[in-house]
Amino acid sequence: MPELKSQSPTPQSDAEVITLGSTSLVPDLSGAVWLEDTRTLLVADLHFEKGSAFAQRGVHLPPYDTGSTLAMLEQAVQRYQPDRIVSLGDSFHDDASRERMADEDVARIRALTARTEFVWITGNHDTAPPDDLGGLITGQLTVGELTLQHEPTGGLSFFPEISGHLHPVAAVSRRGRRIRRRCFACDGARLVMPAFGAYTGGLNVMSEAFYPVFPDGKFWVWMLGRDDVYKIHSRHLRP
Amino acid sequence: MRGDQLAMADLFDPPTLPEPFTGWFRARGWAPRDHQLELWAHARSGRSALLIAPTGGGKTLAGFLPSLIELAAEKAADTKPEQPRRGPHTLYISPLKALAVDVARNVEAPIAEMGLPIRVETRTGDTPQSKRSRQKHNAPDILMTTPEQISLLLAYKDAEHFFAGVRFIIFDELHALSPSKRGALLSLCLARILRHAPEAVRIGLSATVAEPDRLRAWLMPQPQERTAPALAEFVLGQPGSKPEISILKSEERIPWSGHTTRYAMSDVYRTIGEHKMVLIFVNTRSQAELTFQGLWAINEDDLPIALHHGSLDVGQRRKVENAMAQGKLRAVVCTSTLDLGIDWGDVDLVITLGAPKGASRLMQRIGRANHRFDEPSTALLVPSNRFEVLECEAAKAAAEGNQQDTEPPTELKLDVLAQHILGMACADPFTADALFEEIRSAFAYRNLTRTQFDRALQFVSTGGYALKTYERYAKLKQTPEGLWRLSHPRFAQQYRMNVGTIVEAAMLKVRLVSRGRRKPLGRGGKILGEIEESFIDQLAPGDTFLFAGQILRFEGLNELTALASRSNAEDPQIPAYMGGKFPLSTYLADRVRSMLATPNEWRRLPPQVREWLTMQQIKSVLPKREQMLVETFPRGHKHYLVCYPFEGRLAHQTLGMLLTRRLERLRARPMGFVASEYAMAIWGLRDLSLMIESGKLSLAQLFEEDMLGDDLDAWLAESSLMKRTFKNCAIIAGLIERRYPGQEKSGRQVTFSSDLIYDVLREHEPDHLLLQAAWDDAATGLLDIRRLGGLLSRVKGKIVHRSLDQVSPLAVPVMLEIGKEPVHGEADESLLAEAEAMLAGEAMARA
Repeated sequence: MPELKSQSPTPQSDAEVITLGSTSLVPDLSGAVWLEDTRTLLVADLHFEKGSAFAQRGVHLPPYDTGSTLAMLEQAVQRYQPDRIVSLGDSFHDDASRERMADEDVARIRALTARTEFVWITGNHDTAPPDDLGGLITGQLTVGELTLQHEPTGGLSFFPEISGHLHPVAAVSRRGRRIRRRCFACDGARLVMPAFGAYTGGLNVMSEAFYPVFPDGKFWVWMLGRDDVYKIHSRHLRP
Repeated sequence: MRGDQLAMADLFDPPTLPEPFTGWFRARGWAPRDHQLELWAHARSGRSALLIAPTGGGKTLAGFLPSLIELAAEKAADTKPEQPRRGPHTLYISPLKALAVDVARNVEAPIAEMGLPIRVETRTGDTPQSKRSRQKHNAPDILMTTPEQISLLLAYKDAEHFFAGVRFIIFDELHALSPSKRGALLSLCLARILRHAPEAVRIGLSATVAEPDRLRAWLMPQPQERTAPALAEFVLGQPGSKPEISILKSEERIPWSGHTTRYAMSDVYRTIGEHKMVLIFVNTRSQAELTFQGLWAINEDDLPIALHHGSLDVGQRRKVENAMAQGKLRAVVCTSTLDLGIDWGDVDLVITLGAPKGASRLMQRIGRANHRFDEPSTALLVPSNRFEVLECEAAKAAAEGNQQDTEPPTELKLDVLAQHILGMACADPFTADALFEEIRSAFAYRNLTRTQFDRALQFVSTGGYALKTYERYAKLKQTPEGLWRLSHPRFAQQYRMNVGTIVEAAMLKVRLVSRGRRKPLGRGGKILGEIEESFIDQLAPGDTFLFAGQILRFEGLNELTALASRSNAEDPQIPAYMGGKFPLSTYLADRVRSMLATPNEWRRLPPQVREWLTMQQIKSVLPKREQMLVETFPRGHKHYLVCYPFEGRLAHQTLGMLLTRRLERLRARPMGFVASEYAMAIWGLRDLSLMIESGKLSLAQLFEEDMLGDDLDAWLAESSLMKRTFKNCAIIAGLIERRYPGQEKSGRQVTFSSDLIYDVLREHEPDHLLLQAAWDDAATGLLDIRRLGGLLSRVKGKIVHRSLDQVSPLAVPVMLEIGKEPVHGEADESLLAEAEAMLAGEAMARA
């Protein structure tokens, strides 16, 4: 059985760092972002138990998404050895996710929250994340000059901000082929993180939902390839 | 054969048709044909039969005669049967909606002329809901429909009553239907209908096929004990006159490569002028557009030339069809939408542009010409490049020798089985034993094992995972008595929304707007037809493309609609050639290889092609029939390897992908490859000739069959073609719901991605039913692995290598494809890197 690249991304990436305000961030191939200064690892939109949420309606997606998402997170933790992990909301697909979660996965989450400081930011899918898994629950967090929250703000920005919620993906066309990948999107003032969860879909960064987030329409994306992260300007992207 | 003897015995005392049928034939100056009488003799004695007859031989009428005669007698006797029939007397099942409608018209004519009180109705996806629900309790005598509608009808609770009175089932164009997944589904449906109506007589109508016995068996319930298959009776119509086939001898230069046949436009135009009505077949929609454009550009006499392909608006298509039937057109440029047996008036010549790819396909197309049976059909083949000259010669010889290369019926599709199991649960609770037995009686599933069946049942119920966490969310639950039943009625609704095995590429409507307009004006702007979303995805506003016979400028997307304005551009950005639609048949490939190896046969070829082959003999070598030639040569700063397997583009693409991996491991630094129908060229930075001479690269090892092991497995993990194949299986099996217009608004923000499911499933359950189904499809579908396997074992020990200083004549065509064809490979990473680099380059230039 060949090793699945998507399941074990390599930490090193040649991509340029993301500069937000005066902070440098390392985009990881897994979709996490690394803040060296504060040794903080950020992930967004884990959507634990999305598979079982569909199964309730009779759409029996493979029941391995929470395990896969956790495996990717554990690998990122192995690589960076963070002091703190922040999950930027929608960590749980719905309020009943905890009840559907397998015991083994519960234990893995508890191991993570015991190992480092862990912050669950609330999202629209998980307004009240479970309180028996360890970690802190909050609506918003400030790390240095950065504001961390689930949904991006719109219009003029006053503080550098990192959010998730929109599940950004970007598409480029080359040689008659269209390539669509999850991505980080940043205009220097706001960074929108890609969704980290194993079954999370995406929304094209050129769609209307992103207009207020990047008001002048100029931004960069860091697309997550198989082997590397690729930095591309928004003017080269396809809707 | 026993069946034939029986038939002969019946014919010894030729049956006479009853009145008013005899009178009807006589009034037209006709006599019933032998095969019509023979088929009736079988059917009225309750024996199912396969009729193979050429087009124009009264095949459709033959199929309907037994049921019309019985219905007429029934109505005339006017005795009320003890149990009145609630459903139809006869089912007619056709692969095309248009065909069902057309045949309904053709059958209504004799019914009206004989004044028979027989009611005929169609039921397709286009039939209004009100009419469809009326048909369920007040069915017509003859119901003309499609396989999908049969599936739907069988999944209703009262299906038993609806089907119980069926006396005849007519399967039209069985040769076209049975090789597809639709055929597999229909085979399952037939098994179910026969449970409701065990006495129903099956009549299969087919064009000539390579193995008629398989279609005969397809019509019969297969015995549980694995003895010889049960076969339906066989009726063979008189063959039509031999077709007259010629290959265009153009004064123009025949291109080295490409598929446009642009060079031949004036020849084609002149030929149209010499005939009454010409059908021009092309292989793809984009070719149809180009040809139509090309002909009108030189249409000095304003000949009425029309365009017909599946993406055009239905209204537009009907207009063309009617004009054809009325003889108002001189030529129609069309794709395979007109391949099947629709009768469109007085066609006196069929032209195929581009090689027909298969001998049987060619013959079916030729059958469109001259529906009068006793006159020969005439056809003109126009090769679009030099290799296709050889292919056309091979196809012509095959057609003249009546050699068939049709696909056999498809078998054992697990995704289709899963869909059918859910449908059967919608109709009635079932026991696993009984359903298994019923399904095994279907020809396409006669080799199904109980393990496979049980896994499919588990899949439908809970997803079939090793991790049993979904028991509480099961779709099917077992009662204490052991009956499997639907756990909630909404799953029946879900089934009806997702029935069928055709997974269409997502399509967008194309609406005409004025230039520069990014939103449609109210409801204004004509809808020109539909185009693949994947094609529109490539376009940036301002790009021009050819559609519906005109050059359009892409303005932008508006929800589900692509907005486009008319453009005066002379050179449109042409839709990509989707050459993979019909791969070159194995049979024709073999003939082409043999022709190359036999210079005696070159006399028939045009001088320029002959010269080309002679030059190849001088500069390199022409391989023997069973050999495969490999050439290596430098060009520019790169080193090329070209091989000539003649196995079709799909198999060559897979080969290219796998060779790239191997050459990477050997540090040959491969950079790309391109595949054509005939050859595959791969290039890299290291001198391949030198590597071979120094023993660093062994061609025998490079083409070793074991590439279908680990290399293939590793590639499949990330292949986008494999992911697409998987997605289709997941949709058919019912794991993923179809997207419908209206739901599409958020389509880009899909709720979950099938690619992610594929990754997770491969990691956790590599033996899952859906992965097996996808693998099975990949073997013959987009990846054509079976054919690649055949190639590798065929050329073992028979590789001929030439190391050359420059491109060989034979290599020129495939070399010219480089840069023209989108490589459907796994080059995503390098393309992303390229996109990034391009940007960096621009940034540098600006600084």
